Amino acid sequence: MAVTKVVMPKLSDAMESGKIIKWLKKEGDRIQGGDILAEVETDKADVEMEAFGAGVLRKIFVPAGETATIGALIGVIAEPGDDIAALVASAPATAASATAPASRPAAATPSAPATPIARPAAVVGAHAAVPAGLGQGIQSGRVKASPLAKKIAAQTGVDLRLIQGSGPGGRIIRRDVEAAGSGAAPARTMPAAAAGAEFEDVPLTQIRAAIARRMPLSKAPVPHFYVTSEVAMDHAWELREQLNTLEGQPKISVNDLVIRACALALLKHPGVNASLQGDAIRVFHRAHIGIAVALEDGLITPVLRDCQAKPLAQIAVEARDLVERARNRKLRAQELSGATFSISNLGMFDVTEFSAIINPPEGAILAVGSVRRVPVVDETGLGVGRRMMLTISCDHRVMDGAMGARFLQDVKRLLEEPLRLLV
Amino acid sequence: MATHKFDVVVVGTGPGGYVSAIRCAQLGLSVATVEDDRPGGVCLNWGCIPTKALLRNAEVVTLLNHAADFGIRLNGFEASYPEAVQRSRRVADRMAKGVEFLFRKNKITLFPGRGTLMGKNVVEVKGTGGAETLEARAVILATGSEPKSLPGVTIDEKTVISSNGAVRNERAPKSIAVVGAGAVGVEFADVFTSYGVQVTLLEALPRVVPVEDEDVSKELARTFTRRGITLKTGVKVASVKPGGPGAVVDLGGEKLEVEQVLMAVGRAAKVAGLGLEGLGVQLERGFVKVSPTMETSVKGLYAIGDMAGAPLLAHKAMAEGVVAAEAIAGKSPRPVDYGNVPSCTYCRPQIASIGWTEARAKEAGREVSVGRFPFTASGKAVALGETEGFVKVIADKATGEIVGVHIIGPEATEIIHEFAVGRTLEATLEEIIHTIHAHPTLSEAALEATLAALGQAIHI
Repeated sequence: MAVTKVVMPKLSDAMESGKIIKWLKKEGDRIQGGDILAEVETDKADVEMEAFGAGVLRKIFVPAGETATIGALIGVIAEPGDDIAALVASAPATAASATAPASRPAAATPSAPATPIARPAAVVGAHAAVPAGLGQGIQSGRVKASPLAKKIAAQTGVDLRLIQGSGPGGRIIRRDVEAAGSGAAPARTMPAAAAGAEFEDVPLTQIRAAIARRMPLSKAPVPHFYVTSEVAMDHAWELREQLNTLEGQPKISVNDLVIRACALALLKHPGVNASLQGDAIRVFHRAHIGIAVALEDGLITPVLRDCQAKPLAQIAVEARDLVERARNRKLRAQELSGATFSISNLGMFDVTEFSAIINPPEGAILAVGSVRRVPVVDETGLGVGRRMMLTISCDHRVMDGAMGARFLQDVKRLLEEPLRLLV
Repeated sequence: MATHKFDVVVVGTGPGGYVSAIRCAQLGLSVATVEDDRPGGVCLNWGCIPTKALLRNAEVVTLLNHAADFGIRLNGFEASYPEAVQRSRRVADRMAKGVEFLFRKNKITLFPGRGTLMGKNVVEVKGTGGAETLEARAVILATGSEPKSLPGVTIDEKTVISSNGAVRNERAPKSIAVVGAGAVGVEFADVFTSYGVQVTLLEALPRVVPVEDEDVSKELARTFTRRGITLKTGVKVASVKPGGPGAVVDLGGEKLEVEQVLMAVGRAAKVAGLGLEGLGVQLERGFVKVSPTMETSVKGLYAIGDMAGAPLLAHKAMAEGVVAAEAIAGKSPRPVDYGNVPSCTYCRPQIASIGWTEARAKEAGREVSVGRFPFTASGKAVALGETEGFVKVIADKATGEIVGVHIIGPEATEIIHEFAVGRTLEATLEEIIHTIHAHPTLSEAALEATLAALGQAIHI
């Protein structure tokens, strides 16, 4: 019944236009919501464009190889009986304006439905990490949004269903759409489960969908091996407590110490700070460390850049800011990609040890357990000490067990002699 | 000296102060107010309300002058200016009593006298009955503003008057020079000209009501000129000296002899003598600097209304008063949306606006479409015999966002609110045009101007 306009979606912050690499559906094909319509090349990555509306792809206005500005009409999905003459008539102008990237996207006809039709589905290129829209749950049903928010969403290809509104009663208002367009929208929370129902099908949030898609891409093709070590954290604990009594200095967490230790160790063991790139191993000279942050609806990994060059206090301040903004969905798209190594810390959940799955194309990830008080035996006899388990998961195609072990040994040493973290 | 303890003390009971006091009381806080004049502040006693009463008189006089247009023949009539002022005093008294009633109803204690901060949560009140000390968890300052003058021009409230003197003027002068063609200036120009006073309106900027859209200024200048007001724009008042029938206004060459001079060149925040310096309260360009929840640089000390910065409007003060009260009560109020405060001037024809002027929108690089609808094409306006003015709607070309609306004409100050609501809800032109407007109404002009912005106006 509904006529759905397919417009060029805004897939990244800086994107002004997108090039259709190829249409995966042709005119006349029946489309289900969620089908991949086309592959689009943006400044950052090649992205699959998903259909929202169902019906028949009646018209393609922008053929493969051509470029359209964001918001420009590139196709129409409708039932065979629907009248799309007006849309088709409006299209040449749209297509024309689409070739001039500087011009504004042509306005939708005033009475046309304001639902945007395309959203980033999956990143095709393995190198680009996460699409900008990630971190947003999909909400079905009626979307509460202001008329202006709907219009701007339609013109910029932002999916209102992915946005948490900040207006009264969660209404989506203009600033939410504009924030989403720049990759910083807060996610919608999942609806509460109906009481008494035997089960419910909770639709995959964007994050969970991305994790579901990406993790097998890691676990299956990437041969993981794991190295575990126990770290005596007594000195680190003491140092941290001392640092945290200093007035005017940022509070340091155990994770900050781990980040700093890893950054220093990565400099010394660049083989761990590496990535398999086809027939070469790319060794990074800078340590961009991903910090896994658990959110209600999944895990995201904001990236703390150039950790090798940052003193502990700076790491503490910046890591806290990243984590806080991750929780508030205020991260910029570029802060979600480009890590060379990751750290996942489940210490706050009283986890002794665990092993993490590598986030490709990174070569390794460190899993951090809790700092536990345990009985220890030393020269003087039985005592109480603080211990922490570290497990590194390594890509065997990039490195061998000994390399991972040496790296871990260094991390352990840095944490056990924590003054090294300060010099 | 007695000490009283309250949750909140509000210093000043103008529209900002009394509204915040009532909102605090509604939220279960114990509230004291401090006032050195009558409750209601300048707005109720010496500003908005009495001037609206005078303007109504002016309107009635103007209507009677045009009685013949309606086929009503009068054998002359007498319009007594002193009685108009007396009526305005009765109106103001009634509204001030209303505030006193609201205080009693909400169990708000009024301390008459001058309030001074002795600490961030201690206010000393010096009244006729001696001094009292009020202690509070939070203090809201709402002391308002007072008329400014020009350098070298002293307001004596006899020959050279401010709006304070103008509302107390017991008789109308034969001639008056009104310095400043902002809202206050044009409203008094309207009142005086209706009562037969020879009015000269002086403005330093190139046009009257300079903050309004240029088209509105042009229209007002046209109708004011037709009503016999002499307009001089782009002129600088060099000095005002006694002489002639009362005063001689030197415009840097040209000299103007008038009985009275009304200084309407703006208002300054009343921040002196409150004890702000001792507490280190930060000011910004003469106004108290506040956070989005109206808190000053001193924790627990709030400031609202005119003293907290532009726009100096009673309804802005009220909105801020609510925000401050809710913040003190531990709620998280929506901050005042300063971009969506309607501005209203009650001269005839009335002026109302919200959002950006066309020039401002263009400066900001917005591609806009503009719709205009004149009241001459409105059936209701023609029936009323009030066909001056127009509605002008400025919208974003791509999205239909209502960027600004400017109305000059009958009941402009009432019509504006559909656009205020629209903008709060982020409506676009389409929501306005799909809202059926009753016929015949003046509000139809709002609909038609909106249609015009889309190139779809029916009645023009």
